Amino acid sequence: MAARGIRDRVAIVGMGCTRFGERWDKGIDDLLIDAATEAFDSAGVAKDDVDAFWLGTMGSGISGLTLSRPLRLDYKPVTRVENMCATGSEAFRNACYAVASGAIDIAMAIGGEKLKDSGTSGLVIPSQPSDGTAPELTAPALFSLLAPAYEQKYGVSPEQFKEVMTRIAWKNHHNGSLNPRAQFRHEVTKETIARSPIVAGQLGIFDCSGVSDGAAAAVIVRSEDAYRYTDKPIFVKALSFVAGSATGTADPRYDYTTFPAVVRAGQNAYVEAGVEDPRAELAMAEVHDCFTPTELVLYEDLGFAQRGNGWREALAGAFDIDGELPVNPDGGLKAFGHPIGASGLRMLFECWLQLRGEAPPERTVKSIAAGRKLALTHNLGGAPGECVSFVSIVGSEPAL
Amino acid sequence: MSRGIVAYGVYLPYWRLVRARIAEALDLPATRGTRSVASYDEDATTMAVEAGLAALRAASGGTAPAELVVATTAPAYLDKTNAVTVHAALGLDRGSPAFDMNGAVRSGSAALRYAARAERPALAILSDCRNGLPGGAEERDGGDGAAAFLFAGGADVVAEQVAYAATTAEFLDRWRLPGEGASHLWEERFGESEYLPLAEEAITDALKQAGVTTTDVDHLVVTGSHARAVRAVQRGTGFRPAAVADDLTDLIGNAGAAHQGIALAGVLDIAAPGALVAAVTLADGAEATVFRVTNAIVGYRKRQHSSDAVSAQIAAGRTDLSYCRFLTWRDQLRREPPRRPEPSPPSAPPAARNQSWKFRFAACRCGVCGTRLVPPGRVCIACGATDRMIEESLAGVPGAVATFTVDRLAFTPNPPMVVAVIDFEGGGRFRCELTDVDPETVAIGDRVEMTFRKVSTTQGIHNYFWKARPARGGV
Repeated sequence: MAARGIRDRVAIVGMGCTRFGERWDKGIDDLLIDAATEAFDSAGVAKDDVDAFWLGTMGSGISGLTLSRPLRLDYKPVTRVENMCATGSEAFRNACYAVASGAIDIAMAIGGEKLKDSGTSGLVIPSQPSDGTAPELTAPALFSLLAPAYEQKYGVSPEQFKEVMTRIAWKNHHNGSLNPRAQFRHEVTKETIARSPIVAGQLGIFDCSGVSDGAAAAVIVRSEDAYRYTDKPIFVKALSFVAGSATGTADPRYDYTTFPAVVRAGQNAYVEAGVEDPRAELAMAEVHDCFTPTELVLYEDLGFAQRGNGWREALAGAFDIDGELPVNPDGGLKAFGHPIGASGLRMLFECWLQLRGEAPPERTVKSIAAGRKLALTHNLGGAPGECVSFVSIVGSEPAL
Repeated sequence: MSRGIVAYGVYLPYWRLVRARIAEALDLPATRGTRSVASYDEDATTMAVEAGLAALRAASGGTAPAELVVATTAPAYLDKTNAVTVHAALGLDRGSPAFDMNGAVRSGSAALRYAARAERPALAILSDCRNGLPGGAEERDGGDGAAAFLFAGGADVVAEQVAYAATTAEFLDRWRLPGEGASHLWEERFGESEYLPLAEEAITDALKQAGVTTTDVDHLVVTGSHARAVRAVQRGTGFRPAAVADDLTDLIGNAGAAHQGIALAGVLDIAAPGALVAAVTLADGAEATVFRVTNAIVGYRKRQHSSDAVSAQIAAGRTDLSYCRFLTWRDQLRREPPRRPEPSPPSAPPAARNQSWKFRFAACRCGVCGTRLVPPGRVCIACGATDRMIEESLAGVPGAVATFTVDRLAFTPNPPMVVAVIDFEGGGRFRCELTDVDPETVAIGDRVEMTFRKVSTTQGIHNYFWKARPARGGV
């Protein structure tokens, strides 16, 4: 963790989130304007009230001009950040630190990505000139490496593993079917998921998050100012980001059943937020379910399940919307797709709705009524063995 | 001992096309046999590397090639010297030259003659990919493969070159304009009538130089670009029928400039100490070379990997290649590419900076804690020491599959792409493509070895690098 952290020093007082999907009707400018406008309105501020902006986008633009130009900002500082799939969360983290420092009063973190104009299938990461020795395999293939390793280590059969992957996809699609902002808004039967064409390894089409366009934004102020903007601010309890040493791809001791960067980011966040038992204390979690085996491993890396037991817990429904610890109640990347710069802030948007009691009744997690007040968001960027990871914990009360 | 062959190696690609498959697909009369087929990720350069590695792993430690010459009718590049890529992959000394002998089938003889006469230990590699138009004899009867011969003097000579003679004549038998994908042939009875006397003259001259007669020859290896003339020379020049070696064309096809080398290696694999070997090759003339196998062959065979033997490589060939896949590999069937961007070509400066890694698969080992690092890096992943690395090639180091996947979305000329995480014996891990593999049968723990391949060709640039393949077996 950052040596001290900024627990409870800043709060979110307004948020916006576009509908995610194949937005043939919207360019990146439109998506950013939509998300920003909704967030300004939500916080009851005008764009000129915001002192500084942090924009997360992986490839939909470079420099602060990507935001200042469409919004016609009045000579405000805009920082464009990129941290692979944690890009949106990284914009949020830096905006929070700026507010906590006292240098500015109001910050906006905004993330957006326009992926569907590329004309290609799947995600394309821009590459640097290289010596041509890195194998250019796709993201689903990289994450499918988890499956045989997990099966081997824990004695899970490929059939059982497929059932778990299917259950996770089915759960997230179910949650997404209840969410008007999701890319996919229909239930998908387990049979359809299990029978979907194979993309890589054991992963079918329905084990992969989609490719979509979208944007989301948050307005951040110091906690002592928060109630001036809203009765129900959401307080930042922990922000944790680590870039792994990427040794897993070179070190035979790495066994492809965990993301060490996620474990570390999670531990740092729990310390900063004072969480001792995440399974018992969190009301919900939004985790980076880029592929279904990823979500399984994340249950264990983030301490929601014991090592080697996440698959049983998933099958038993522990992470369903009415389970003990709902995971991805908004539908996750599975139902939203993954516009890189937007995803982290989209996750926070669900925490914002749920902790404020504003999620529609059919999607409201039961854990909040049971008294839980904390929510977690998580991203990872990269691949097993070489990734960056972000964890935030936010809560509905200023101090626990 | 006068100069001769001190080491040799052959590379036959994994794939065979059963000729009947061509006939089935194109409604042609069936023909027997199989031809060898370079995989989609192989070319004359990569096969030359494999043959060179086979020769060098069997060579005694004392003889390192000081010169390299590579012959082919199918150069991967023009203008740029392909032998330089081979030189880099074999890790030859910067102070040693590397030359191409490209274009004609007879270039194979040129490479052997160069190496046989060089002053220093010299490696001649003959490597070829033979193509023809669909349904034609060239496609059916051609073959792909490579053979490498290290020539030097001294006690390590396993086959002393005792005589060489050549004849040359201008006549139109086989030709191809630059850029054409297939050869043209004149009516074959004409070529037979030209070749037979040319061969007879060369054989007579060579045997006279060696001071022997046809009946003294224990093994006669006749190869050439003209199948009918090859048979005529086998039968009509006075050698003992029992001495005539199989020219292997039924099994692997005719590998053009490389074929004489592959057939000669097949004989050296089995010849007894003291045996007299006559190699005759027909291409725009004839050459006859006489070798005397030495007692050193006995020790040599102990160093030779059993899986490198020509017969072993013939036996290991995989015969379920479909004709459509073969046509796809040969750019004769243009298939819809995946809806993914083409891979970027390698950039020249990083490829040059990292050439030990890229071409020789040189990793490193930490001089402080001994941890092996793949790819090489300056900072140790275990102890964190900086700039204490010692270079270490892993090209010949076996490994095992730690985990793997089959990527059906990735851009590859031969979908699906099989990718494995490889843990090497003695440490080190690398994620790379698996080639010459059945995607359905890969399993954790499978033993693999590294092989030099052409990963892609984009924007006119071949991207060479190493892949893993299922282990062919050891010594």
